[in-house]
Amino acid sequence: MEAADMAWLLAAFAMVLLMFPGLAMLYGGMLNGRNVLNMMLMVLSALAVTGVVYVVIGHGLVLGDSVGGAGIIGNPFEYTFFSDFMSDDEAGGTFWGAFYILFAAISVALVASGAAGRMKFGAWLVFVALWIILVYSPLGHWVFALDNPEAGTIGGWMRNQLGFHDFAGGTAVHMNAGAAGLALAVVLGKRKMSPGRPHNLPLMMIGVGLLATGWMGFNGGTAGGANFMAQYVILTTLLALCGGMLGFITIERVRDGHATMLGLGTGAIAGMVGITPVADVVGPIGAIMVGFLSAAAAAWAITWKRRHQIDDSLDVFAVHGIAGITGSLFATFFANPKAPGEMAGIFFGGHFAELGHELIAIAATLIYSFCMTFAIAWVMNKISPIRVSEAEEEAGLDNSIHAESAYDSRQL
Amino acid sequence: MKLITAVIKPIRLESICSELEKAGFSGITATEVQGRGAQGGRTEYYRGQEFSVMFRTKIRLELLVADPDLERALEIIVNTAKTGDEGEIGDGKVWVTTLEQIIRVRTGETGEAAI
Repeated sequence: MEAADMAWLLAAFAMVLLMFPGLAMLYGGMLNGRNVLNMMLMVLSALAVTGVVYVVIGHGLVLGDSVGGAGIIGNPFEYTFFSDFMSDDEAGGTFWGAFYILFAAISVALVASGAAGRMKFGAWLVFVALWIILVYSPLGHWVFALDNPEAGTIGGWMRNQLGFHDFAGGTAVHMNAGAAGLALAVVLGKRKMSPGRPHNLPLMMIGVGLLATGWMGFNGGTAGGANFMAQYVILTTLLALCGGMLGFITIERVRDGHATMLGLGTGAIAGMVGITPVADVVGPIGAIMVGFLSAAAAAWAITWKRRHQIDDSLDVFAVHGIAGITGSLFATFFANPKAPGEMAGIFFGGHFAELGHELIAIAATLIYSFCMTFAIAWVMNKISPIRVSEAEEEAGLDNSIHAESAYDSRQL
Repeated sequence: MKLITAVIKPIRLESICSELEKAGFSGITATEVQGRGAQGGRTEYYRGQEFSVMFRTKIRLELLVADPDLERALEIIVNTAKTGDEGEIGDGKVWVTTLEQIIRVRTGETGEAAI
């Protein structure tokens, strides 16, 4: 690999790492002041556990040669202990090993939304390991593993057989995390205490800022080098971020009468979620529209979900699931063939059959992720309850299970 | 000897204190309090969800005055606490309590000499 390409990828890696403190601050700031440290621990420990699982079998499950050529799951032993990554393969294999850990870890960290303020911490660590193996790995394999005729290896069915377009993980990362957060929230049940107001919105704003920075590395790094694709996708990601901020506050202003900071930040995230699968195939104006519509759809889905009494506390299903679906569907109709991804949407001469492929991929992702996550949490809960006691919940998890507090008690 | 207690809008704290100081009332205690009066609570929105905040944040001022100074102090507090031309709902309340004894810790002085 060219040194310039690797230089950009290494910089992108550092940017993506910022998504972890960013998500911790976004999620932590949105909770009350008694559960903020627990949430930060959940987000950061997701990275810790994922790293270990990934080195042992995760990378093989995602990128390994498909077992039986079926495109369902990769060979778990292909990269065991990362021992092949101790010498330079000239193709950046070692770098991608590290980069993919971040992708997997941010996906499961997002799922913490569904467990806010009520899950045992030990149970969360076990859940993370199982979820990476049983949920993320197959979904990652479906879209990230490419057929390699030269090496004679087979990749995932969704990318190679279905021909589904997913630039940087709209299905495996965002729709997946959304459906999984919802499933975990259903198994855990609602919070008993009134959740209260978000305790620190400026903290949440810093989190959104770090996530946005990380997102440029996430999408820009997926371009694979210091090339035109990287230029193009950071442009579309920025434009979707802008459209997203406007989309959410527009809905808020019309519906509630005020534009809010939390809304603007939520829209920024939803916009970037929407562009992630399609950053390489929409035009600049299309990118703004992807952001705007994804954020508007998320704003709508948040209120829909509340009516159904599911306590997905930090709205990962709306902000990542629904926004991801919106972005993908937008590209099916409006992908601009002049963009470097060279895909034609239905209104630009594409085939109508694309819509069918898209819907199959979305449905397969959501159904598999929801059902398998539900099964993991349900079985774990049968073996040993994964929810904290009512007294612990009432005291706040920072105090009751971590023996520390974020703030002087007078401020609570 | 009287105790004046005033619940006021936080934004008026500084001007009341400086007006009182100009008039020679230097001792004052201010506490942040949560409360509700004619103004009621307020509604905030988080991701479109309504959240009613039951109490508003106010400042409670307490000061000790000698009987002859009472009217002057009250006038300063009430006039300065008022917001807008006509005053607004939520500007607060002031009440007066008669005291039996005051002691200055350092000197042991009692009564009006301790104010």
